[in-house]
Amino acid sequence: MKLTLRVWRQKNANARGRFVTYEAKNITPDMSFLEMLDVVNEELIGRGEEPIAFEHDCREGICGSCGFMIDGVAHGPKRASTVCQLHMRSFRDGDSLTIEPWRAKAFPVIKDLIVDRSAFDRIIQAGGFISVPTGSAPDANAILVPKENAELAFDAAACIGCGACVAACPNASAMLFTAAKVSHLHLLPQGQPERYDRARNIVATMDKEEFGGCTNIGECEAVCPKEIRLHFIALMNRDLIRASVRDWKVGRRAAGM
Amino acid sequence: MAVTGFILVGFVIVHMLGNLKVYQGEEKFNAYAVGLREIGSPAVGHEQFLWLMRLVLLTATGLHIVAAVQLTQMSHAARPVSYVQKKVIQATYASRTMRWGGVIITLFVVYHILHLTFGAVGFPPGQYRHLSVYRNVVTGFSLWYVSAFYIAAMVALGLHMYHGVWSMFQTLGLSDENTGRLYRSLAIVSSFVVVVGNISVPAGVLVGLVK
Ligand code: FES
Repeated sequence: MKLTLRVWRQKNANARGRFVTYEAKNITPDMSFLEMLDVVNEELIGRGEEPIAFEHDCREGICGSCGFMIDGVAHGPKRASTVCQLHMRSFRDGDSLTIEPWRAKAFPVIKDLIVDRSAFDRIIQAGGFISVPTGSAPDANAILVPKENAELAFDAAACIGCGACVAACPNASAMLFTAAKVSHLHLLPQGQPERYDRARNIVATMDKEEFGGCTNIGECEAVCPKEIRLHFIALMNRDLIRASVRDWKVGRRAAGM
Repeated sequence: MAVTGFILVGFVIVHMLGNLKVYQGEEKFNAYAVGLREIGSPAVGHEQFLWLMRLVLLTATGLHIVAAVQLTQMSHAARPVSYVQKKVIQATYASRTMRWGGVIITLFVVYHILHLTFGAVGFPPGQYRHLSVYRNVVTGFSLWYVSAFYIAAMVALGLHMYHGVWSMFQTLGLSDENTGRLYRSLAIVSSFVVVVGNISVPAGVLVGLVK
């Protein structure tokens, strides 16, 4: 296969970027998209040029490192897939593709297709955890979890934090990511003690990181490689509303009313 | 957005039901318009309830617009560099046109009030008579371009309401994995009923059903 790639090249965070066109030759349909870029990079290195920088690690769709826009779609045209799990058989010989990094204020470009997603780490630090005493491992099945909750929590926990939801959202909102993290803990007994503080803190951090506001468009759900569903956002909103009602009641009690 | 939207949706539904009274004939329709001004009497004075409602609606509209402007500003700030290529996968037309739809509806509401409440526009001089609402509706809508504008505006309202109603359940945290579909249907049905009910009035005048 032969393809024409229009790739965003940017030296560093402060440099001005631009699109550069490359020919991808000797590509087989069984290559993954990243392997195709490897082939292009080999050639660039051979010519003494700077290879295209992109992030990757596991290359099996579980780490969340990879991700960029292919022809205006986060992670490319295949549903429920990361770019590392996207194969060249999804394209046709002679296709020309535009490859762009995630675009969001909260995800500044570091180099070429690599963006800084540490805003997600700070969201996790604000509430993506539970507090438990350390020590020996608890007995298995000591805490019972209803089957449906376990299933739902697992669906939410499948989030790999790749950032495609933010990239696809017309508002560059991080609601789906944040909601997935909140929901996965909210649905399990271990998440209950800090439930309302978590909702409040995690959303406050998300806002502080300058992500946009959710308008329930649903493009995030469409590109999510782990098919995280939109209703988790409603679940987080519910906790957020309950948290403010509780705050209000506590405030009234403190004021002696 | 959701709370103020809820108030506005409530108003839109009641307003549509009120419009349908036009089919009960001139007398009943006019009496309804007069009756609106006397709700709660004698305990509540003339037009007092009406003005209270107008105040609530005006406030809700104002807050709804302020929230929309803030959200829009946040979005622009959150993506300072836009994509050269961006595809829409599953977002509905309604969801993507909320902002311009809102602008169109606001302009329509201004026109609508100037038209059928004040008779300041869309009437030949001397044709508008305060509280002869039935006559005003018939004369007002006999101009085909006025009716066409109303009908177009109602389509915009329907789209806005469809995404708005569904969004409301999402924002208020009511929808979940089982009820999501139900709320979608509710949004479709409610906006469809409002649009059809409202459009039937100018359309009815045009085809001579209401005269
Ligand atoms: S490289 Fe790990 S998910 Fe793609």
